[in-house]
Amino acid sequence: MDRTETLTRYAFAVLAHLALLLAWYLFVKLGNVPKFVMPSPAETLDALLSPNYGWWSNVAVTATEIFAGYFLALVAGVALALAFTWSKTLEAFFMPLLVSLNMIPKVALGPLIIVWFKYGVFPNTLMAFSICVFPILLTTARGLREVEPELLDLVRSLKGSRWQVFAKIQLPGALPYIFSGMKVAAILAVAGAIVGEFLGSDRGLGYLMLQVQVTLDTPAMFMAVILITLLGMLLYGAVLALERWLVVKDARLD
Amino acid sequence: MSAEPFIHLAGVRKVYRRGKTEHAAISDATFDVMAGELVSLVGPSGCGKSTLLKLLAGLHAHDGGEVRIGSGAHSFDPARDVGMVFQAPLLLKWRRILENVLLPAEILGLPMAAARERARALLALVGLSGSEDKYPYELSGGMQQRAAIARSLVHDPKLVLMDEPFGALDALTREKMNLELLRIWKEAGKTIIFVTHGISEAVFLGTRVVVFTAGPARMADNFQIDLPYPRTLDLKTHERFGEYTRRIYKLLGLE
Repeated sequence: MDRTETLTRYAFAVLAHLALLLAWYLFVKLGNVPKFVMPSPAETLDALLSPNYGWWSNVAVTATEIFAGYFLALVAGVALALAFTWSKTLEAFFMPLLVSLNMIPKVALGPLIIVWFKYGVFPNTLMAFSICVFPILLTTARGLREVEPELLDLVRSLKGSRWQVFAKIQLPGALPYIFSGMKVAAILAVAGAIVGEFLGSDRGLGYLMLQVQVTLDTPAMFMAVILITLLGMLLYGAVLALERWLVVKDARLD
Repeated sequence: MSAEPFIHLAGVRKVYRRGKTEHAAISDATFDVMAGELVSLVGPSGCGKSTLLKLLAGLHAHDGGEVRIGSGAHSFDPARDVGMVFQAPLLLKWRRILENVLLPAEILGLPMAAARERARALLALVGLSGSEDKYPYELSGGMQQRAAIARSLVHDPKLVLMDEPFGALDALTREKMNLELLRIWKEAGKTIIFVTHGISEAVFLGTRVVVFTAGPARMADNFQIDLPYPRTLDLKTHERFGEYTRRIYKLLGLE
């Protein structure tokens, strides 16, 4: 019963994607839409065959920016949140500041980052990092704070140490929160890297999109968007799989 | 029974300071508990019964009077002789039931192989054999509370403190859990302090009932419940049962 239900859900998911593909195809075909406005699915796929676009090296560049920025944000976000639970003073000092910094539209930092670091993979990684570090930090800090006071009483009545509270209760309890921040950040990381490439870059899928826009190669633009989306799905899927593995079903936050 | 009491409280006072005003959480609690007793603390919210429990657990210091736990025959180590059960089961969602029960043993650094055996035996005692490898969400509220009781016993404490443990359960499950608790208490042979709002629950379970009133918080009465064990639900129609509950109702101004 449960198994067929899951299978049905998967079938529906696949069906929905195929239906969109079909609608796209029919729209272009029946509407006689010119290729430079909207290419058909087949024409989009053909764009991959174009040898002078260097698809795979551009995918590799964008993927590096996304994954590196995301990974750095994860490490920094979780580490900062942990530091805040260990020192109230640290938290009282830095948290309000970080909340203010979070209000900066990260995209607005783009021109500055270019001034400081020129073009390239590093500034775009920094862009992805800056946009996804806050959700991870804020949700992790929140998760570490969410401890039932009576559970603390239980540990304290046994003269348990602060480390035991942290390792046995706080950290595993915060895991669902960390993942909820990671999921939001996965989507933002992709946007961050692409915006970075738009603002100033000489490689990557975002850079490629600007190049082919000039020549009105719409199929290539479509293809670039699809590849960017696939990179995002890859990251998001990896996070989901990790969550499934590490977090008990009931504890997951959706 | 003229032996030295296991718990001796005399004139215990606890105040909370909020700004410059002092607010008495407990004003003068005086009662003794013999080893192996099941004492009900009953009273309305804000009467100080939960605060008293925290004093006994060593989580708060008292501001006056005397608190002594342990006697010549029954030593008491405040670091490891307290078990606690709360209104919510507070099981760790990410641990299986057996691992949840083992938490106090891990915190105290007890030998794990022996603790594991004991945890299994305790799960059997509370009627949860077969649920060792389940996660908390797979159990009902009543079953989760049974697991919490097993957890409170795993390190073999001398004193178990229960703060409205059945307060969140439905009435039928609660009756059932009362009977179960009496059985567990008899088999485990622990001293239990049981905090409750429930007047009939307090009388039904306790060897003794200590009544607290609120506003101002103070201890109003302390009396033996002279009803035989094993107790069954028929007891609730017993004449003396009615007398005891009426006595408490009167103290709480409900009659």
